[in-house]
Amino acid sequence: MNELIKNLCERLASHAASKKPLTIHGGNTKAFYGGAIVGEALDMRAYSGIIEYEPKELVLTVRAGTTLAEIERVMDKENQMLPFEPPHFGEGATAFATIGGTVATGLSGPRRPYTGAVRDFVLGTRIINGRGEDLNFGGRVIKNVAGYDVSRLMTGAMGTLGVLLDCSFKVLPKPAREITLRYEMDEATAIQRMNEWAGRPLPLSATSWCDGVLMVRLSGAESGVKAAQEKLGGENVADKMAHDFWSGLRDHRAGFFSSSEPLWRLSVPSTTPALQLNMPQWMEWGGALRWVRGIAGVNTDITTLRVKVDAVGGHVTLFRNGDKSTGVFHPLQPVLGKIHRNLKTAFDPENILNRGRMDNI
Amino acid sequence: MAAVLDIHSPISRGLLMTKLRAILPPHALLTEKEDLLPYECDGLSAYRELPMLAVLPSTVEEVQAIMRVAHDNNIKVVARGSGTGLSGGATPLNDGILMSMAKFNKFVNVDALARTARVQPGVRNQKISETVAPLNLYYAPDPSSQIACSIGGNVAENSGGVHCLKYGLTVHNIFRIEIVTIEGEKAIIGSAALDSAGYDLLALMTGSEGMLGVTTEVTVKLTPKPQLARVVMASFDDVERAGDAVASVIGAGIVPAGLEMMDKLATEAVEGFVHADYDVNAAAILLCESDGTPEEVEEEIAKMEAVMKAAGATACRVSNSEAERMKFWSGRKAAFPAVGRISPDYYCIDGSIPRRALAAVLKRTEELSIKYNLRCANVFHAGDGNLHPLILYDANIPGELEKTEEFAADILELCIEYGGTITGEHGVGIEKINQMCSQFTDGERETFFAVKRAFDSDMLLNPGKAIPSLARCAEYGRMRVHNGQLAHPDIPRF
Repeated sequence: MNELIKNLCERLASHAASKKPLTIHGGNTKAFYGGAIVGEALDMRAYSGIIEYEPKELVLTVRAGTTLAEIERVMDKENQMLPFEPPHFGEGATAFATIGGTVATGLSGPRRPYTGAVRDFVLGTRIINGRGEDLNFGGRVIKNVAGYDVSRLMTGAMGTLGVLLDCSFKVLPKPAREITLRYEMDEATAIQRMNEWAGRPLPLSATSWCDGVLMVRLSGAESGVKAAQEKLGGENVADKMAHDFWSGLRDHRAGFFSSSEPLWRLSVPSTTPALQLNMPQWMEWGGALRWVRGIAGVNTDITTLRVKVDAVGGHVTLFRNGDKSTGVFHPLQPVLGKIHRNLKTAFDPENILNRGRMDNI
Repeated sequence: MAAVLDIHSPISRGLLMTKLRAILPPHALLTEKEDLLPYECDGLSAYRELPMLAVLPSTVEEVQAIMRVAHDNNIKVVARGSGTGLSGGATPLNDGILMSMAKFNKFVNVDALARTARVQPGVRNQKISETVAPLNLYYAPDPSSQIACSIGGNVAENSGGVHCLKYGLTVHNIFRIEIVTIEGEKAIIGSAALDSAGYDLLALMTGSEGMLGVTTEVTVKLTPKPQLARVVMASFDDVERAGDAVASVIGAGIVPAGLEMMDKLATEAVEGFVHADYDVNAAAILLCESDGTPEEVEEEIAKMEAVMKAAGATACRVSNSEAERMKFWSGRKAAFPAVGRISPDYYCIDGSIPRRALAAVLKRTEELSIKYNLRCANVFHAGDGNLHPLILYDANIPGELEKTEEFAADILELCIEYGGTITGEHGVGIEKINQMCSQFTDGERETFFAVKRAFDSDMLLNPGKAIPSLARCAEYGRMRVHNGQLAHPDIPRF
């Protein structure tokens, strides 16, 4: 692996010298996400394997090219999990999501509002910056405030600040019991209910509302889950069906997501009232994440959409499909735009890493 | 650090006073020595410096105006909350402005449904939990200084507390901050949603020790109060066995709300002070808390007790009432002042290690204690692997403070050796700036400087803290080689 790292550093340094861009990839399962990019492919899949995993430490250190499937297989044996329930988009015979792609995109699954996001569990990263320098930030311990938190800065930076090598995470034991409850209610009631319940000491671990149906997942000790179910009522969903439902939502395998129309990701304060967009919508994260789909033959007015979401304090991403030329990511406040460009230059002065992928900086 | 061409020198103190008088009400500018004295240090009181001037703005516009004056005239600025920090992050500079955020002490709003509170940075940590208590909500991070420390300071230091294994640090419990940049511009970082566009600047700002911007508002996440909390207090006749018990609890799939460890010297000091009913014959005690619904707590407490006994606990007691739980915790919370009673001075260290190294690091610390002939009481956030060894010394004995600092530096080097870090939650400040040289390479340090320049190109915000220059590291490297036998002990080292 040392030879591989040395070669990667040299390759990046040479690209920096010639100012030629590189597009970093793992399993390519999230290639659809982000602005259009140019450059020679940098395949990270050979850099894989678990470096250190001590269940009693609740800490896992892995190489970026390691697949989520492999990590989950190993953690299953210890009855532990990546607490942010990462999506495995596009899993199949040929494509496997990697942990590097997971950290780079910063995408988390249904458990996110109740347990935390990728960035909440990243403890440390080893990266190669745009000059070809091999650097370590953070560490393998749960509490660490030495230096700026560059590891969390890497999370969701779409590979524009460095090539991820090793990532360390805090992990958690799997809950002893998970159950899913189903309710029929309208959008406004669902938003109210999800927020009210999140304010009570209940073992919530996922929520979803679509087409008049609210689904609520509870996770924890057997007794706690049972007691909560008694308080919340609702119709109990069979375990297998519940599992398929949440993984279908997490990985966008559910029918709602299989359209070729543009898919917008609206990240908003959880209490935001129904947005009245007259487009198909799937809500999760207790109301804080709203997936909105375009309608065939109808042109979505992106400016109006952005203004509406801006007004409630959220942001819009063109997640999948659609016309990327109008911008994938939400525009930044000018003062922040300047800081972003300064940071990009600090880590990657020649702009060789995933040039164009984050199209709002 | 690349040399910066000085195109303009800082202006004189008199001229700066004139410029600040033009933008601030009279009582918001302090210039007399007796008014500046309260700001000469933070919680790291061994280091004192009088600021050139102090300002106490009460509006964001005033903060912006102060920053513009500072930026335009090449004047350094150190922002300060309650001054409870333990690493010198708010130690003033004699050629800089000290900006106290004490007047920013109001709640902007509390949203019960969204479970958020928007507060000004000078609001005290505990005040947030007190204010939202009628809603059955609280703010989870609880540093031991929570009665006094401000939320703005918590953001600057990424403060933790005894419950962060389960509930996280400051970075996990804030949504959004409003900052003013050194150029006097207002920026919103993060959002009331669960993520925001662009890089994760919220994470970068949290724990940045006031070097990237000045926080003028914080939106915190509020957590539902658990219905019940109970704590198990277990005694061990051997420190190593107690360390192993910590690993066993985690290994059993339990994430305790708090998991703390104290050694004999610490429990003895505490018993003499608050009478928390601790087992003073034990070599170490563990406090292990469970919270949740009554059903969950009952199930978990039974598991915890079984694990402790299997790990060799000589005694195990479980709190049977809220009053008893508070009593068990009172000793842990009073550990620092209790140690203060048995020694004229004490020096608190804040290293972090993988939990498996707990026993080994304790043993090495004991050896160092013999080598330096200084007593050391150990108090840990054991669940997080965060050590707080307290070195007992007497500043009136010539050379004892220096010896203590050597001892402290050795413990921090130990933390790095065992794969840990030099600061778990107190920050680097000026205190641990030398050990940053051991933990990070030149390239990594240069990256930190580059991050700083991305926000503050002239290096005016709290400069000289947290990130050591190459020259300082070279000097520190030479010092470590000689290991206490300095060629010129009279040269100030910080």
